[in-house]
Amino acid sequence: MRLADEFREAVVIAVGALRANKLRAGLTTLGIVIGIVTVTLMATAIDGLNQAFRRSISMIGADVLFIQRFSWFTGREEWAKTRNRRELTMAQAREVARLATGVRAVGVEAHGQADVRYGNRSARAVWVVGNSEDSAVVRGVSLSEGRWLSAAEVQGARPVCVIGFDLATRFFPLESSLGKRIRVGRAVCEVVGVLEKQGQFFTGANLDNQVVIPITRFTSDLVRWPDVTIAVKVLDATRMEETKDELTGILRQLRRVPPGAPDDFAINQQDMLVRNFNQIGGSLALVGLFITGLSLFVGGIGVMNIMYVSVAERTREIGVRKAIGAKRRNILTQFLVEAVFISLGAGLVGLAVAWPLTWVIDYFLAARMSIPTALAALAVAAVTGIVSGFLPAWRAARLNPVDALRSE
Amino acid sequence: MSLIRITGLGRHYVMGSEVIHALRGVSVSIERGEYLAIMGPSGSGKSTLMNLLGCLDTPSQGVYELNGLNVADMDDNQLAEIRNREIGFVFQSFNLMARSDALHNVELPLVYAGVPPAERRERALEALRQVALADRVHHRPNELSGGQRQRVAVARALVNRPSIILADEPTGNLDSRTGTEILGLFDQLSRNGNTIIVVTHEEDVAQHARRILRIRDGSIAADEVNLSRRSVEASTTAPPVLAAPPRLTP
Repeated sequence: MRLADEFREAVVIAVGALRANKLRAGLTTLGIVIGIVTVTLMATAIDGLNQAFRRSISMIGADVLFIQRFSWFTGREEWAKTRNRRELTMAQAREVARLATGVRAVGVEAHGQADVRYGNRSARAVWVVGNSEDSAVVRGVSLSEGRWLSAAEVQGARPVCVIGFDLATRFFPLESSLGKRIRVGRAVCEVVGVLEKQGQFFTGANLDNQVVIPITRFTSDLVRWPDVTIAVKVLDATRMEETKDELTGILRQLRRVPPGAPDDFAINQQDMLVRNFNQIGGSLALVGLFITGLSLFVGGIGVMNIMYVSVAERTREIGVRKAIGAKRRNILTQFLVEAVFISLGAGLVGLAVAWPLTWVIDYFLAARMSIPTALAALAVAAVTGIVSGFLPAWRAARLNPVDALRSE
Repeated sequence: MSLIRITGLGRHYVMGSEVIHALRGVSVSIERGEYLAIMGPSGSGKSTLMNLLGCLDTPSQGVYELNGLNVADMDDNQLAEIRNREIGFVFQSFNLMARSDALHNVELPLVYAGVPPAERRERALEALRQVALADRVHHRPNELSGGQRQRVAVARALVNRPSIILADEPTGNLDSRTGTEILGLFDQLSRNGNTIIVVTHEEDVAQHARRILRIRDGSIAADEVNLSRRSVEASTTAPPVLAAPPRLTP
């Protein structure tokens, strides 16, 4: 009760002091405003980056294992050791599908590039993916139109394809793509399905600009012996490790890896990306916030400066207050509140400025200023006020009343 | 028991290699209800003595007992509490809070004393009535005359019902008419039983006190009872407001 009362008095004094020096207080806030704006924008951008990553990573699927020649994360040293590994073959993929028990579906994938043409419309270097019928299950593909490749089509290497959303709208803006015969590389394929819009992957690859053809067609038209990826959807996501062990066993046998020798293939999964991203993203965020935090630091110095001025100007007032019974804590609070008010006001202005600027970020990277970010920015502003106001306030609180009263 | 008992009180300042003895072992007792003037030329040490009496400063040596409490070895916060409770200051330059109205200025010591708002307001109004400023409650210092400002300061000094009212050249910034008005107020407060200590270098001001302490070169030169006491009572110089009963108009 008593403390609340003293605090209210401190607030009254602080507000009075600020109102008496509006211009000065306003100019001082500028530093903090800029600091809060940059920090908020950085936090929002980092937030957006995280969200974009999580969105694209979810396309990979948490319960999918990718058997590939190389690990997704290979150091330079490792690369020298692994670059001579033999390709994964279609035959091995078929064997995995036949032998593995802990899997729901096994898809085969191969990637290449080819020009796509229809009449006088053409697209250069389109991402061409060879898939099997099960790839749809493994990858959780959904279609906006038509259907996925059938088992018979894959078996018979039929000239059919499923095309990405952007490709479909670009080639056939006014009509349905289904039934159209487009040229993919040297072959002519009939469009049987159109993928749903997926957006960009975080690596920048546009998944809406691709053509999916039967893997069998891929090997006959594009690459004779492709290095395939065997994508495996596990039966039980809680038993990933066991399934991984089983697959390792099968593959070592298929590829005749002698006992004791290291695997000559890698089993990749989403988890690895997440971990790696968290590592990189975390340090990136730290560095980014540190650098932008510097401007806030400069703002804090500005506040400290002006608080020293404020204390110097009001030395006599401090003396009078002490003479009539103000304790150190009263004087301390009075000036701390003033510093915090400056900073907090600047924080609010900073948020108001940053808010429209986040729309600009949003244009490049889906990101919104979140409530937690806004609250954190205000908290940071308040802490800046306390930290930079403390030394001046402490000096005021410790003033000797006699000396303070004597000052003019 | 005396209200104030000072024994061998001294204060020196170290200025580089020089030691300046502002006060050299002063001993004096002041009783409750006294009206005392401390006189002396500038540099005599009277301000140092006042600062010590007002607990604004701590002595280099000696004992200062205020109300039986040894003040000499209290820390900053304890002294603040003593000043708040026991001493009401009236300064030469009023020293009011420029941005606060009269009421809030008078309330201030009560804020630091932790008095709840309702009681605070009531007591502040009462103090302002005592100095006949009940109708200037919401005026700020710059809307008041010099005499009125000093009366607000007196009200602020009174509001905590202190043991001592300590006035430092209270008429120094006032013209002679308003100066007399303030001295009249002190006379009245003294008659009501308040202990008043006035520090001054003006003989006229000192003549209102019942006892005069003359300081010279850091020591007491004379401690005399004022027989030719002047007081502003029913004299024509007293402002009419002082004679008027307290008004209750808001």
